[in-house]
Amino acid sequence: MKRFKVMTMRKQTKNNLITFVGAAVLFFAMAALSQAGVLNNKITGLLVPIGIYVILAISLNLTVGVLGELSLGHAGFMCVGAYVSGAVSLVIQNSPNLAVPDWLRFALAIVLGGIMAAVFGVLIGIPVLRLRGDYLAIVTLGFGEIMKSLANNIYLVMDNNGLHFGFTQAPELGENSEGAKELLRGPIGMSAPQDTNIWVVSVVLLICLAALMMFIDSKSGRACMAVRDNYIAAQSVGINVTKFRLMAFTISAAIAGVAGALYSHSISLLAAKKFDYNLSILILVFVVLGGLGSMRGSIIATIILYALPEIFREVGNYRMLIYAIVLIGMMIFNNAPFFIQLRERIGASAPVRKLKGIFKKKKAGGVE
Amino acid sequence: MMSFVSYLVNGLSLGSIYALIALGYTMVYGIAKMLNFAHGDIIMVGGYAALITMATTWCPVWLAIVIAVVVCTVLGVVIEKVAYKPLRGAPPLAVLITAIGVSYLLQNVALLTQTANPKTFTSIAAGAPPFLLVFEGKAPLFFTAAADSPYGDLKPVLTISMETFLAIVVSIVIMVLLTLFINKTKAGKAMLACSEDKGAAQLMGINVNGTITLTFAIGSALAAVAAVLMCSTYPQITPYTGSMPGIKAFVAAVFGGIGSIPGAMIGGVLLGVIEQLSKAYISSQLSDAIVFLVLIIVLVVRPTGILGRKINEKV
Amino acid sequence: MSEKNTPILEVKELSIQFGGLRAVDGLNMRVKKGQLYGLIGPNGAGKTTVFNMLTGVYKPTSGGIFLDGVNITGKSPVEINKSGIARTFQNIRLFKAMSVIDNVKVGMQNRTKYTTIEGILRLPRYFKEEKQMNEKAVELLKVFDLDGEKNQLSANLPYGKQRKLEIARALATNPKLLLLDEPAAGMNPNETAELMDTIRFVREKFDMTILLIEHDMKLVAGICEELTVLNFGQELAQGETSAVLNDPKVITAYLGD
Repeated sequence: MKRFKVMTMRKQTKNNLITFVGAAVLFFAMAALSQAGVLNNKITGLLVPIGIYVILAISLNLTVGVLGELSLGHAGFMCVGAYVSGAVSLVIQNSPNLAVPDWLRFALAIVLGGIMAAVFGVLIGIPVLRLRGDYLAIVTLGFGEIMKSLANNIYLVMDNNGLHFGFTQAPELGENSEGAKELLRGPIGMSAPQDTNIWVVSVVLLICLAALMMFIDSKSGRACMAVRDNYIAAQSVGINVTKFRLMAFTISAAIAGVAGALYSHSISLLAAKKFDYNLSILILVFVVLGGLGSMRGSIIATIILYALPEIFREVGNYRMLIYAIVLIGMMIFNNAPFFIQLRERIGASAPVRKLKGIFKKKKAGGVE
Repeated sequence: MMSFVSYLVNGLSLGSIYALIALGYTMVYGIAKMLNFAHGDIIMVGGYAALITMATTWCPVWLAIVIAVVVCTVLGVVIEKVAYKPLRGAPPLAVLITAIGVSYLLQNVALLTQTANPKTFTSIAAGAPPFLLVFEGKAPLFFTAAADSPYGDLKPVLTISMETFLAIVVSIVIMVLLTLFINKTKAGKAMLACSEDKGAAQLMGINVNGTITLTFAIGSALAAVAAVLMCSTYPQITPYTGSMPGIKAFVAAVFGGIGSIPGAMIGGVLLGVIEQLSKAYISSQLSDAIVFLVLIIVLVVRPTGILGRKINEKV
Repeated sequence: MSEKNTPILEVKELSIQFGGLRAVDGLNMRVKKGQLYGLIGPNGAGKTTVFNMLTGVYKPTSGGIFLDGVNITGKSPVEINKSGIARTFQNIRLFKAMSVIDNVKVGMQNRTKYTTIEGILRLPRYFKEEKQMNEKAVELLKVFDLDGEKNQLSANLPYGKQRKLEIARALATNPKLLLLDEPAAGMNPNETAELMDTIRFVREKFDMTILLIEHDMKLVAGICEELTVLNFGQELAQGETSAVLNDPKVITAYLGD
């Protein structure tokens, strides 16, 4: 009975389920293996950043793939999440009066990071989402750079008199200041407690993934795709274009903020210069190579593209060179009209058709 | 007051360099409808080309500049032929990612051959005396400072370095020539026609592929000139030297209305001035943020930039 | 208001100016409930501009548009669709990367009540309403003989079916008035004949009022009960189809002097 139900499930539901279960098995298995000490240090060290980048990629895919708008400022939202959550954690940690258990503090930091990133998503989205295409791209890039610059200039010091905030320079402390602790140190950055581990990342990743897939496979997600495909037609059937663009953009920002929160709690010293446009572009590359609108593609592309250059560090400086060449080659092979036609011609040729037929029959037989 | 003028002049000089780079961006965008993210890295290649040739003893400065221009032009054309041409007709995002790939490629080749250590660039105007502005009585006098200054005791109120002066003059000359080229020559008009409607241009017998190649060649040559001027003013070069000016020139192009040639000039100059003035009067750490903030405000008020045309979709 | 003779759409002195050009000038029109009304005229006469004003894409310079007695002049496309006008487009505008059934479901979604949060959390109302939506969408697709292709990408449908899907999507918004912009454009005579049947069928089945722009005189003469002829933005003739089509002014406008 159960098996029957799975087979009659809607195609999209089934696809989503496969993606989710696949991601869950993969990440939990890796987490368990690294805990058991089976994996070497290098791979263990890669797990957390890969998880964080996957979260970033799937959230950017909502903007670029589902909503169809090019955003080059994803790192900006990540920056907001990282700094807000880091500040929250550091403040709570350094306040002797606040007896908050670590796990609750971390959870709070992640949630607040996400919320603040969403707030920025709305604030920047309202004026900017009137723009389209390349204009939106450059404005989001600008937003990311602004966030980076602002974060780079924030100072936060805590002493017996409370919190002191400084912008572009460290704040003046009073004469009776005692036990001053620098929480945010401008360009030097911050050192948030290192709470993030692969288990936390896996759980957060799965929650974000599920939420995104549920969103896309609901009327709101369909509305976003309708806006992407033809906004004039979408308006003509009563879809409020602005509302759905803002909604998708904000959700995307919030999840990037969550990823930023995980990130700031995963490295010992975080400086704002990390969040420049190159980071946004890196994530965009993951999304585009994985396939627009495909969460599964984003996950796979991120894992491969992030892990490979790290694993091949031995090749030294050549690895990024090879990466660049492979990137160009793949884009041309996948998208050039010449290669698309070539593939179609090969696909239509007799021997290949025969081969495909054999596979189809086999597959059909397997299900019977 | 005079310090304001001096910041303004520096801003104009920086802005002229941005304008040269932005012209490349905007021409390529107008004609190929693509954001050439690798354009900034062509600047870097131009800088290294000039640096290396100037380091050899036999090579005079003018020849080094010519070599840099030739290297960049060839590089631009090769990139277009190898990486972008196969993708004509492909989705814009695919072309964008390819351009990013080219940018990574250039940076990493530079990293391997030139290392990440910054190298000092010898200014093309090295040793040339600055222009000084001195007041004698009421009449201002410009002169090139020499060792035996006839105005010995008088303090100059404004100093303009030769590099700054050159950047402005060279950019103005190039922009005038480019405008003449585009409006007066057959090839220039073909570029305009292609950016308007490639299909129609082809039907009119214009060699579209050739025109696109020419556009990349001109854009890259301008980038080489910008590279020499920029590295002379800010005499250091690394494999990443080109990327921030590239992004800013891209901003300048959008600022002025991407696809518009006068727009790129105005946008570039404005951007340079805004950047220098905010460095001087607001905060040097925040100058980039201010530049981007102004960009956002301009685009929110005028969604297609200062000189951009509004395109309404026909329903 | 729903008496048989009251106009469902009333257009009064509708004008729009683009720069120096008066694209539509003082148009008056009354479409009665249940009518099949044609808006015809030579190329560039301003027909699509009228549609764009009726659906809120353009704001009229002056004049009024009343739907069922309610003034909808100058409202946004979204508001106008919600108040009961749906349309198709001259150059087909489907949601190309979405499946056939999803195209229709997008049209239906304003009538569902579940919120985005309910959708993400998969609360009961999501399942209930999605199920209803699916059933209704399939029903609607059956009317247009598209249910067999419901999971295909809409871009992969043949041209004639794309036109039908656009009509289905418009009907999914449950309109009072359906505007069809050159539904037979690009169709061969067989397809046009089939389309005529479909339009008639839609009118009967959904008790729909239909206003259409058309170039194909056979189609116009075959199904429209009343016509307005536009020429250079102004009304040239108006009235019953046969009378209008025999009007010498109309013949001159179409064939030249």
